[in-house]
Amino acid sequence: MERQIQTTAIKIENVKKQFGFGESAVTALADITIDILDNEFFTLLGPSGCGKTTLLRMIAGLESVTTGTISLYGQEIKDLPANKRPVNTVFQQYALFPHMTVLQNIGFGLKMMGKSKSEIIDRSKKMLGLVQLGQFGDRRPSQLSGGQQQRVALARALAPSPKVLLLDEPLSALDLKLRQAMRVELKQIQEETGITFVFVTHDQEEALTMSDRIAVMSNGELQQIGSAQEIYEQPRNQFVAGFIGETNLFDVVIEDIQEGKAICRIGERCISCAVTGSAVKGATRQISIRPERLSFTNSTEDTHLTGVVERLTYLGTDTQYLLQLDDGTTITVRSQNTQESGLNVRSGERVGLKLEEGGARLLMN
Amino acid sequence: MTTDVKIESGGVSSNVFGSLRYWLLTPSWLVIGFFLVAPVAMMLVYSFLTKEFRGGVIWEFSLAAYDQFIFDRGLFGDDPPKLEWTYISIFVRSIWQAFSATVLCLLIGFPTAYFIATRPIQTRSIWLFLVTIPYWVNLLIRTVSLKFLIRDSGPLNQWLISFGILDSPIHLINTNLAIQLGLFYSYLPFMVLPIYASVERYNFVLSEAAWDLYANRWTTLRYILLPSVKPGIIAGCILVFVPSLGAFLAPDLLGGAKHFMIGSLIEEQFKGNAGNWPFGAATSMILLTLVLIVLMAYARQQSRTESKYS
Repeated sequence: MERQIQTTAIKIENVKKQFGFGESAVTALADITIDILDNEFFTLLGPSGCGKTTLLRMIAGLESVTTGTISLYGQEIKDLPANKRPVNTVFQQYALFPHMTVLQNIGFGLKMMGKSKSEIIDRSKKMLGLVQLGQFGDRRPSQLSGGQQQRVALARALAPSPKVLLLDEPLSALDLKLRQAMRVELKQIQEETGITFVFVTHDQEEALTMSDRIAVMSNGELQQIGSAQEIYEQPRNQFVAGFIGETNLFDVVIEDIQEGKAICRIGERCISCAVTGSAVKGATRQISIRPERLSFTNSTEDTHLTGVVERLTYLGTDTQYLLQLDDGTTITVRSQNTQESGLNVRSGERVGLKLEEGGARLLMN
Repeated sequence: MTTDVKIESGGVSSNVFGSLRYWLLTPSWLVIGFFLVAPVAMMLVYSFLTKEFRGGVIWEFSLAAYDQFIFDRGLFGDDPPKLEWTYISIFVRSIWQAFSATVLCLLIGFPTAYFIATRPIQTRSIWLFLVTIPYWVNLLIRTVSLKFLIRDSGPLNQWLISFGILDSPIHLINTNLAIQLGLFYSYLPFMVLPIYASVERYNFVLSEAAWDLYANRWTTLRYILLPSVKPGIIAGCILVFVPSLGAFLAPDLLGGAKHFMIGSLIEEQFKGNAGNWPFGAATSMILLTLVLIVLMAYARQQSRTESKYS
């Protein structure tokens, strides 16, 4: 899905963030460069403490930038205070004004912009309709459920028609069912309004389902940027491979390089692995194999690995097997539960595993 | 029908506890009755009795005290009644003084409370401690000290003159301003503490949200912070205004005879032989009624806005 016009909404260049000074200084972000495109649903994904929220707050203007620049549609905004940036935020705990009605909350931004009363009311009501809370305008936030408060927070941030909407883990306080429903709704609203969304989350599933592109962060550093598929299928390093979905990591020695693919020995056979970055013959690296890329086999020709099934977990659509390989490492295999679920593998059984073509990926160090 | 049995036994036990709970409240009722209801009732009764010269009362019903407060009947009490402005004007002045002191307390107390509430949590108790330290000293002593501080040849004027800010001493003592300063100083912690309590509970993310929604410092204060900490501000204002209204130490010591306030007026009626107990009691009742009206009006308005949203 290539975009025709790739306008950059937010350009983050060599941004660094340090808290404190001198020896006690803590680096929260180390040299981040990201281009967020216009009309994109962009997600900052990472474990807590990785700096994703700090980066979002820097875009909002709620946190200062130590070094580097941030520009919004070509305009440098690093030194612009938060109330001068055409960017609005949906806060993690919603931060609705408790003493105002829902409608007053939504209209607050417009009021502060100095819009006329009739315009404020019209626009607020329209926003209320957008988030399907039409009849709740006169309520107080405390009279709404968590999901409804979430919608009000969204409507409030969208009302001033920001150029970019920032969302700081907005779904984390909701229960699972509501969270799943809100994912779909958020995505719909983003498509309807055409506003660039920058979404912060630690939930990889959330990131994968909604985002056009994802930036994976860890320890204040950017690990990888790409579409959901790219990040899952072509993880650059061990962190990304492990954080997004499940994976099995193996230490391997590169035996040969053929047609841009690395030939590595794993178990009894050599396999060719897609390469991220560069590969040098003889180097020791890691490869990642997703659990669903392995399957059980009876034929010795196909067998890449052999091991003993230790545990079996039924997960509805899938079954997950925990295996101990002959060299002692433990790996996970996942297979879909279909009618003819092939071999009926039992716990304690010795099995052969076949690796799907292209199922292994050589990671960067 | 096990459920029935359960409900029944629950009902019985809750009844037992209900009546027990009633008796457990007895000490509180006794304290309230003895220290609050009885004295006020006594004042109410005394205000309708006849005065005895040299203090005390004669047990004979009379409206003379209230009459004296409102009407002027001439030196011998046989002229046609005219409105008596002396006491009414003392009331008005007292309300004004108490109001000024409250505003002064709010202007100084709010930033102080905000400052303390925004310090790191470990240092907050130290700041609060510092605010309350002067109040370990008796009010009379503090008021006398203030009198010495602000008199014409006192340290305040000396400093101001030695720093070249003033040429000649400002005359503060025996002015309205001196009383207001005295009241302000007497009751400042009653403003700081409740406001501190509400600012401490304030969710500062709300300020960030307002800031993010194009509000500036002033509009954030006006539309977000102040409404959020309003209960604390109102509690502080009541706690300063009410005792200021009836205060007599500050007006007596700092204001001199010309700046009489209700508190002093009432105090005079019960002091020495010149007193008039029924008149003092009547004045107290009028003051009490006034305060109650203000508080009830506030409570009503408050419950009206709350019921609108529940």
